[in-house]
Amino acid sequence: MPTFNFDLCELPPEAQSLRAEVREFLREALGGMSSSKRALSWGGFDREFSRQLGARGWIGMMWPKKYGGHERTALERYVVLEECLSAGAPVSAHWVADRQSGPLLLRFGTEEQRQRFLPRIARGELAFAIGMSEPDSGSDLASIRTRAEHVEGGYRVNGTKIWTSNAHISDYAIALFRTKVVPDKKHEGLSQFLVDLKSPGIRIRPIIDLAGGHHFNEVHFENAIVPDDMLVGKEGEGWRQVSTELAFERSGPERYLSSIRLIMELIREAGREPGERAAVVIGRLTAHLITLRQMSLSVAGMLQAGQNPNLEAAVVKDVGTSFEQEIPETVHALLGVEPRLGSGSQFERTLGYLVQHAPSFSLRGGTREILRGIIARGLGLR
Amino acid sequence: MPGDKELRTLLADTCSGLFAAQVTPQLQESAEKGAWPEALWRQVEENGLTLPQVPESRGGAGGSWSDAHVVLITAGRHAVPLPIAETMMGGWLLAQSGLDVPMGPITLAPTSLHTRLTLTRNGKGWRLEGSAPRVPWGRQAEHVVVAAEDEGRPMIALVARGAASVEEDVNLALEPRDTLTWRAAPVVAAIPGPSVDRLWQLGALARAAQMAGGLEYLLAQSVKYVTERSQFGRTLASFQAIQHQLALLAGHTAAAGMAAQHAFATMDARGAANLGEAAFEVAVAKVRVGEAAGLGAGIAHQSHGAIGFTYEHSLHFVTRRLWSWRAEFGGESHWSLELGREVAARGAEALWPHLTSR
Repeated sequence: MPTFNFDLCELPPEAQSLRAEVREFLREALGGMSSSKRALSWGGFDREFSRQLGARGWIGMMWPKKYGGHERTALERYVVLEECLSAGAPVSAHWVADRQSGPLLLRFGTEEQRQRFLPRIARGELAFAIGMSEPDSGSDLASIRTRAEHVEGGYRVNGTKIWTSNAHISDYAIALFRTKVVPDKKHEGLSQFLVDLKSPGIRIRPIIDLAGGHHFNEVHFENAIVPDDMLVGKEGEGWRQVSTELAFERSGPERYLSSIRLIMELIREAGREPGERAAVVIGRLTAHLITLRQMSLSVAGMLQAGQNPNLEAAVVKDVGTSFEQEIPETVHALLGVEPRLGSGSQFERTLGYLVQHAPSFSLRGGTREILRGIIARGLGLR
Repeated sequence: MPGDKELRTLLADTCSGLFAAQVTPQLQESAEKGAWPEALWRQVEENGLTLPQVPESRGGAGGSWSDAHVVLITAGRHAVPLPIAETMMGGWLLAQSGLDVPMGPITLAPTSLHTRLTLTRNGKGWRLEGSAPRVPWGRQAEHVVVAAEDEGRPMIALVARGAASVEEDVNLALEPRDTLTWRAAPVVAAIPGPSVDRLWQLGALARAAQMAGGLEYLLAQSVKYVTERSQFGRTLASFQAIQHQLALLAGHTAAAGMAAQHAFATMDARGAANLGEAAFEVAVAKVRVGEAAGLGAGIAHQSHGAIGFTYEHSLHFVTRRLWSWRAEFGGESHWSLELGREVAARGAEALWPHLTSR
């Protein structure tokens, strides 16, 4: 039977000393930021914070120095990520570029694209969005229809992208378009492009989420022109490239830490000498948290060793998102406090934020159903 | 020279080979009827699998806790009906306390935190007094490693078979779980040593690895079954509902494996010198693996349908063990309570720093 393999990964001493530096930096940079604000985690967008992190050398950490990177290890990068996320730092102004767009350009981009974009990403100056889903193409990504037709000097784009997080405040998007219609072969004829979101012919319309927040957008392309030199990788190779990109998106600590602020608020609420019921709940959540961290670290260790842990990453994301999603539910079962918005204690407001956002945890970056399909394939069931 | 990892792969292959060949359904059934699989025990012992982490100077194989993990996870996967875990833990406690480890099967007592056994001086020797319920393989173990008290001072004592009166009982998997009663019983050796809660910690550690192994079996067996069995003209594996259930089982199996592995690695890093230093990770493992065991057994049975509910099918040799093992040496509620109290006492802001310092 084909199966997964999780080996323990021990962090090297240099990663541990880096942790202390990052922690100190975050203590200063975030100051007295409230718990309910920290609960936004990678939903928080703050260009100034990203620039500060970039100045410390903590964006593009693994990239070559000639592109503004810092040539550090996957495990050192992992430590910076988990410290930022557990502290609830607002990372999303550089997050997508650091995690996906940059590595994609490094792998498939032209030399000119790398020189033009990577140093600015590493300085925390460029925010990226991802243009994948369309109104009729969610989990079935290969069915996208937005067309990019080759014309004189570039590609003329028509169509609509949806759920494009932060498109309204980002600089660029990496978008997947159909450059060729191949009948009955939907995975062919797809290509990836760097899109300047300020270009003419692009209209960005907000989609307000159930909690009243504006992260999502609909991005309309109407005869927008994307220059030839903004094609990423090979024309027609988009599907293969995008699969690689999604693997970058699935393996990190962001897949189990989204609700950690609520665990902390619960511990505060329970006090130093909690009742038995509260202690049992806190203990159980801690056991899950520690185990998930070891699993997530194990994937980082495999990436560091140059392996391709796609199945393991899918397992961690499935187990991790189920855990972070379950926490508001567990807290409700224990205490039954009312989740609150602006008024109420930090505990109630953190709960209020997470109750409303938890449904998205098992949707973003590949739904639970898609992940379980990937795991089932890994087990040889399909 | 081969590295640690290669040596452990070798060890895993030795265990798997031996158990796959010897632990047949016939052997399982005869053990469940009360027969002691002596031939298998001798092979396990001769291969050095009963005391992998006990120093050679005390009669062990001189390996690490990570070696012990390999043996126990494999024994769990094959539902080996022998006190390998108990011998391993009892032997280590003896060696750690400075006593020589006898050959043959060893077990541990007491298996409840509420049982008190007392030692009293008898000339140059000791006498043991008290009654311990649910001692694994109590009737068959040649020696019992006992955590007892001498006027409140924790002691480790070695007692030979025959010193106790035995009242036989079993767990769900029909593994012996006997009540041993000592009345002014002679003791082979006694020495100040770890207290009952440390013996419990070792028991919990062993069960965590055995259960993690059991879950590996459930996953592999379930994948095999749904790939072979057809209904409605196609294999069960082709149904999305089945695929997703087994993906969920895979997640719990992976988490259980990681939690157990982490606990054994912490024993190597810190716990071997001071057991209490690994108590946190052992508690984590018993909680996480125990939860996975309950959910995993449910999914494995559901995917097997009615055939998995029969005695004829082998699935239950593992699932009945999981249902008992998750409660032995403290269930999830016990260990969660311990963990929760410790975490709460440190305070909310210490949660993350504590996690990352381990």
